[in-house]
Amino acid sequence: MLKATQETALDVSADTDIALWLEQQTGKSLLRFLTCGSVDDGKSTLIGRLLYDSQLILDDQLASLKNESRNRHVGEEGIDFSLLVDGLTAEREQGITIDVAYRFFSTDKRKFIVADTPGHEQYTRNMATGASNADLALLLVDARKGLLTQTRRHSFILSLIGVKHIVLVVNKIDLVDYSQEVFERIEAEYRAFAAELGFKSLAAVPVSALRGDNIVQRSERMPWYGGEPLLPYLETVEVGEDRAQRPLRFPVQWVNRPNLDFRGFSGTVASGVVKVGDEVLVAASRKPAVVTRIVTMDGDFERAVAGQAVTLVLDREIDISRGDVLTHSGATPEYSNQFQARLIWMNDEPAYPGRSYLLKIGSQTVPATITGLKHRTNVNTLEKSAARTLELNEVGTVTVATDKPVAFDPYKDNGLTGGFILIDRISNRTLGAGTIDYGLRRAQNLTYQSFDVNREVRAQMKAQTPRIVWFTGLSGSGKSTIANFIEKRLTAEGKHAYILDGDNVRHGLNKDLGFTDTDRIENIRRVAEVARLMADSGLIVLVSFISPFRNERRMAREIAGDIDFLEVYVDTPLEVCEARDPKGLYAKARAGQIKNFTGIDSAFEAPERADIVLHGAEHDPVDLADELYVRLIG
Amino acid sequence: MGQDIGQTPTQLSHLHALESESIEILREVAASFDRPVMMYSIGKDSSVLLHLARKAFFPSRIPFPLLHVNTTWKFREMIAFRDRMAQEYEFDLITHTNPDGLRDNINPFDHGSSRYTDIMKTAALRQALDAGKYDAAIGGARRDEEKSRAKERIFSHRNAQHAWDPKNQRPELWRLFNTRLNPGESMRVFPLSNWTELDIWTYIYSEGIPIVPLYFARHRPVVERQGTLIMVDDERMPLAPGEAPREEMVRFRTLGCYPLTGAIRSDAATLAEIIMEMQASRTSERQGRLIDSDQAGSMEKKKQEGYF
Repeated sequence: MLKATQETALDVSADTDIALWLEQQTGKSLLRFLTCGSVDDGKSTLIGRLLYDSQLILDDQLASLKNESRNRHVGEEGIDFSLLVDGLTAEREQGITIDVAYRFFSTDKRKFIVADTPGHEQYTRNMATGASNADLALLLVDARKGLLTQTRRHSFILSLIGVKHIVLVVNKIDLVDYSQEVFERIEAEYRAFAAELGFKSLAAVPVSALRGDNIVQRSERMPWYGGEPLLPYLETVEVGEDRAQRPLRFPVQWVNRPNLDFRGFSGTVASGVVKVGDEVLVAASRKPAVVTRIVTMDGDFERAVAGQAVTLVLDREIDISRGDVLTHSGATPEYSNQFQARLIWMNDEPAYPGRSYLLKIGSQTVPATITGLKHRTNVNTLEKSAARTLELNEVGTVTVATDKPVAFDPYKDNGLTGGFILIDRISNRTLGAGTIDYGLRRAQNLTYQSFDVNREVRAQMKAQTPRIVWFTGLSGSGKSTIANFIEKRLTAEGKHAYILDGDNVRHGLNKDLGFTDTDRIENIRRVAEVARLMADSGLIVLVSFISPFRNERRMAREIAGDIDFLEVYVDTPLEVCEARDPKGLYAKARAGQIKNFTGIDSAFEAPERADIVLHGAEHDPVDLADELYVRLIG
Repeated sequence: MGQDIGQTPTQLSHLHALESESIEILREVAASFDRPVMMYSIGKDSSVLLHLARKAFFPSRIPFPLLHVNTTWKFREMIAFRDRMAQEYEFDLITHTNPDGLRDNINPFDHGSSRYTDIMKTAALRQALDAGKYDAAIGGARRDEEKSRAKERIFSHRNAQHAWDPKNQRPELWRLFNTRLNPGESMRVFPLSNWTELDIWTYIYSEGIPIVPLYFARHRPVVERQGTLIMVDDERMPLAPGEAPREEMVRFRTLGCYPLTGAIRSDAATLAEIIMEMQASRTSERQGRLIDSDQAGSMEKKKQEGYF
């Protein structure tokens, strides 16, 4: 078959027509655009119309469409075009678009990939998703309604994600009698709003997607409109940005090592050009090497440009692995563990400063924390206001610290090395997307001072192994009681221990913190740091904190680093704790006098893999303390 | 395809850009998952996928196995082609057939296309994925094939039951794929998401990629059932009284189980003729597949249950 195919190809190359046609096919340019706007502005209908008018709807699709279009709002052709693009059953039933759908069509001049994105507010994240890979956006407005909150929100997101070319499509112009005055008013209003959003081009077209006005042909019903119809405009608009002209960024994706004689670094050139003979630098280590080969299955290349997936071979053995970025000296990316960024939050649970997330940028994935929320931008007015958390679909300016430095560029300089996502460390969901403004260099000047007397020395003096014992459980579960017994017994045996108790710490170090989720996270972070310092001084630290969230208990464990860390879950049922109610807090919470009380109106996330589980309702605290003591001292 | 583009910096053409994007996705899978596997259906999209995988890892061999779920009703030419490819390109080939279905002799004639597909394809696939403990399965699906596919992510998350939750997909920005999984979960990965049928054919043409001969028109024995031409590939095909296969010049736009795959009448015997015919044709490619028209929204339903 391999042979037959090759013969076939040879036969055909004699046929000039098809060869030319195929050459044209393979040489076409590509435009990726997205459609966005408010719900019911007719996005799906517009895309269906583009497909229909460029004669891309196939016979069987057309037949099934006509069938499905009965009882629906249809144009002169008797077809509801939105049915072409509204793919999911739920959407068809509800008559709305709920996710990004990708469509493909092509004309003689161009190929198009269309992302149809939803207008509903709760799905704004999907719009950002569609925008991240688009060169241009069609922003739909209903001529009867003019600019809406969603129009502004989406424009802001387009600007944030860096979509530079906008077409304002004033749809349903037939429903306002093809009014020039309505169109011009909307266009003027939008231009005023968009002035500060940094778009490179902005065109406005009055259309009726349902009736086909100004889609492919100029509409006779709007002689006053002097511009191009939509499709001809899309075929010719210049959006090109030559990534090859930018500095070299080659993120190493995969180390290619088929045998001992070959070691290559596979990746896609994100920007710039790399040539055989070039000296390249590893962004992190600054170690140089010379490119000796650019390997592909189609033979070695002399050079590779932005967008090409290749394998580089270097002249010497230097330490390079996935996540490293190769670059030219003199034009290196920033390399830092702190930066300022704009963050779009895409998750139901808000973004909390202080919580540890995973950050992915290029092929690098590292733990990271939002260290500060500078402000939140009101996407309707573009006004900035102070905020403590970032809710679903909100946009904030944040500072981010990563556990180790990463290589990056400001997003405005390089979209592929300046954009990142944040991932939840427990559910693994994608929580938000960020664009880096600039690196913060403070942390690079802060280094650790090392001293001669270290933890090992201090531990030997005390003849014990320093460790952190982290008690978690509901209020009244018995944490402090058990910790108290343990401390007494340790002290009696000549050991050095200390209890960090939630209530006590809140009277001093943490008295500025309340009980919101954000404050609870900061509460735990500080205590974890204190516990680490104490254990480093040689102590056995008993931490008795409700610590209701898995994420922060994980953070505490990570802060402890190489210090022995034991998570003890005092598992006492809520009814038992509430019956005990040693401080009368449950009664107050039930009466509504205390807000955000764990177990009542704030969640307790039970540990899934605690080191030790103590059943507080079934045993006497003294027995539980003895059991734990054996585990501690052995 | 991936040509050395000489001294003038340039924008990549559409096909070059698609090729690079797919290679990047395949490398991301190899770098991010412990036990990836590539679905190998032997069709033209699989042939392109195989070609891209060879390119992605060259000079290394493809660093994961290829899995073929064999319903026992595939065209004979497909199986012969599959074995030849495995030998020629030295990839690890794993095949799986649902042993329960085999025992109960589940077939498309006695059990209907829906039940047959459910047992011999969907359940078989789940068995094979569970048995191999694969955490990522690469498939050749394209977004232009079908409406529910148009909405699927490139890295598409599956829960421990292999089910897809279309309303709860992870946002996928730039080229930053979230590849993280909890125990038992898995990922379906679609490197050809942004390719169209025409892209596939022009790429096969320009790269000289081998494909199963069934795509080319030839005289073949067929019977007509409910307006669909079915090729009589072996003696297991039950014929109605008086029904006799007749030789017709036909080819296939898509390949699967022969009793469920409709042939089209065609004279297109070369790649160029296929592409010309396609440009003139007015029906979409999955029309030849009987399973999709069983019920409205049927592909979406199958996908939620774990079908590719």
